[in-house]
Amino acid sequence: MSGKTLYDKLWDQHLVHDDPNGTSLIYIDRHLVHEVTSPQAFEGLHIAGRKPWRTDSMLAVPDHNVPTTVDSADIDDPVSRLQIQTLDQNCNHFGVMQFGMSDPRQGIVHVIGPEQGLTLPGMTIVCGDSHTSTHGAFGALAFGIGTSEVEHVMATQCLISRKSKNMRVRVEGELKPGVTAKDVVLAIIGEIGTAGGTGYAIEFSGPVIESLSMEGRMTVCNMTIEAGARAGMIRPDQKTIDYLEGRPYTPKGEMWERAVASWRELESDADAVFDAEIVIDGGEIRPQVTWGTSPEMVVSLGESVPDPDAEPDPIKQEGMRRALDYMGLEPGTPIDSVSLDLIFIGSCTNSRIEDLREAAEIARGRKVSGTVKQALVVPGSGLVKRQAESEGLHRIFIDAGFEWRNPGCSMCLAMNADRLKPQERCASTSNRNFEGRQGQGGRTHLVSPAMAAAAAIAGHFADPASL
Amino acid sequence: MEKFTVLEGIAAPLDRANVDTDAIIPKQFLKSIKRTGFGPNLFDEWRYLDHGEPGMDNSTRPINPDFVLNQKRYAGARILLARDNFGCGSSREHAPWALSDYGFRCIIAPSFADIFFNNCFKNGLLPIVLPGEMVDDLFDRVEKTPGFSLRVDLLEQRIVSVADGSVIPFEIDAFRKEALIQGLDDIGMTLAKADRIREYEERRQHEAPWLFSQA
Repeated sequence: MSGKTLYDKLWDQHLVHDDPNGTSLIYIDRHLVHEVTSPQAFEGLHIAGRKPWRTDSMLAVPDHNVPTTVDSADIDDPVSRLQIQTLDQNCNHFGVMQFGMSDPRQGIVHVIGPEQGLTLPGMTIVCGDSHTSTHGAFGALAFGIGTSEVEHVMATQCLISRKSKNMRVRVEGELKPGVTAKDVVLAIIGEIGTAGGTGYAIEFSGPVIESLSMEGRMTVCNMTIEAGARAGMIRPDQKTIDYLEGRPYTPKGEMWERAVASWRELESDADAVFDAEIVIDGGEIRPQVTWGTSPEMVVSLGESVPDPDAEPDPIKQEGMRRALDYMGLEPGTPIDSVSLDLIFIGSCTNSRIEDLREAAEIARGRKVSGTVKQALVVPGSGLVKRQAESEGLHRIFIDAGFEWRNPGCSMCLAMNADRLKPQERCASTSNRNFEGRQGQGGRTHLVSPAMAAAAAIAGHFADPASL
Repeated sequence: MEKFTVLEGIAAPLDRANVDTDAIIPKQFLKSIKRTGFGPNLFDEWRYLDHGEPGMDNSTRPINPDFVLNQKRYAGARILLARDNFGCGSSREHAPWALSDYGFRCIIAPSFADIFFNNCFKNGLLPIVLPGEMVDDLFDRVEKTPGFSLRVDLLEQRIVSVADGSVIPFEIDAFRKEALIQGLDDIGMTLAKADRIREYEERRQHEAPWLFSQA
């Protein structure tokens, strides 16, 4: 019999019951909650007279709707405000721990879980948010769920599920200077497509993945869903353990030792068999820029916007034409000649301290181009913001002409006041370039923090390594 | 949950791949704390010519005559024909809520995104996966035949063309089929296994106690 994959092991450890009907009941260790996808779930509990099974597994935080302007303590939009107040009421009523808007630890749910040590290797972690895959960077089985499942986990601590297939994506070699985790994951999505991972749990491995910091690994796992897979994961190693040690909610003392010993066994067996395997040469990856309205529509810096006429599949061809029309781009345009109106550095993909350091390194001593209308830096959490300020990164950004904001999801999905106007073009470190994602008619190009900073300085896409 | 057995209705074709949940229901409508009322804002950015916000009177907004659901021949459609990777992106269950609220109860596509696919079943919405060439053929027939209707028989697992009686069989997971037919409450079913969950917890508390001690 062949060995087990990391995913197999995580699955087996959380299996409560295999039902004869073909479904499995899976136990959930950690349930992260935010204001957008939880109100209807809490309401369902109320109506049915149910209580959460284990409130100590839950952490709630408002992030999608929160304002990021330093001087706005209150939300102007009454609909957004009601959603945040509803989260407050529900957490108070059911006794769920919440980092509320005025809590210094408040931030994007996928930033604060790991930051607080609430994300641990070997856990099952869910949240009503597709980017829950982020937490897989710690060797956890983490995936996004809909609101009905949020209610189901609240009420039962379990999910009715079916096992996914196993895919391994190995990234070999060594990254070139100026190439980051974001470029790696965009290159992977470009390779396998936005539906390439559908039905799979993806394990990322290989020397390039191992060489990434925890922040970089989170960036890769975060965008697993953009390749169609609900869960992405990376085996925990010494870096993982070092990152977690001493965080507020990690186990302490003898319990820590026991936990670490168990985490060291969390890896795919040498003879494990994957249903699909992709190998990518990391040394070939160049800085990536998306040109269209799907994350798979991506090119390397130095390349040009592709020509739909060269695409044989008629549905894809039509999709490309629609994307080019929406994005206001002509086939054959060199991607580095595309100029930007706005820059957004932030989101659960790229708002952690290392992302900010990477961008600040490029911005240091330089100025945002006069052609760029606005350049935002939105740290992922209050603690990231504080850390960045203690390192003086905020001064670098402010001196260069960036706006230094408060934490939140912000312009990644524009549920708060930060959004693009029609036809505005943005270099964004977020995860989705869908039509209207950052504001109706807005044009999003997904890039790394280094590239976003380089684009801010140059006014157009430019190789961060060349600045 | 509303039961699903047999559905007969007009099919509307949405001829684009990778339709994401941001397109199905844009984020400004996610601020609602209810499960209902999303129908008028389904595909909002494609359906209307202006920018939609919660609380607007949608009946007075300028509609986009080119968008397929605004064409008279597809009025009252219950079945949506779609392309590959339908429902990709965000996990928002507001997407199936909006589709249901609009009147759709069945979506036929060559493939769906995982989370969306799962969310449909929780809301009495049946997503059917058919081979690409069969979906191509259905697109062809819908476009050629005004009022083209289908009867989706979940019990028999087949789609029948109302006009000519031609039949397309489809596959569905037995558990999901049963849950739809009976309109079952998943939570109730799982709580019936509460003893097994407690047994699991007891065992895990010995194996990995740190999973039970924080937050």
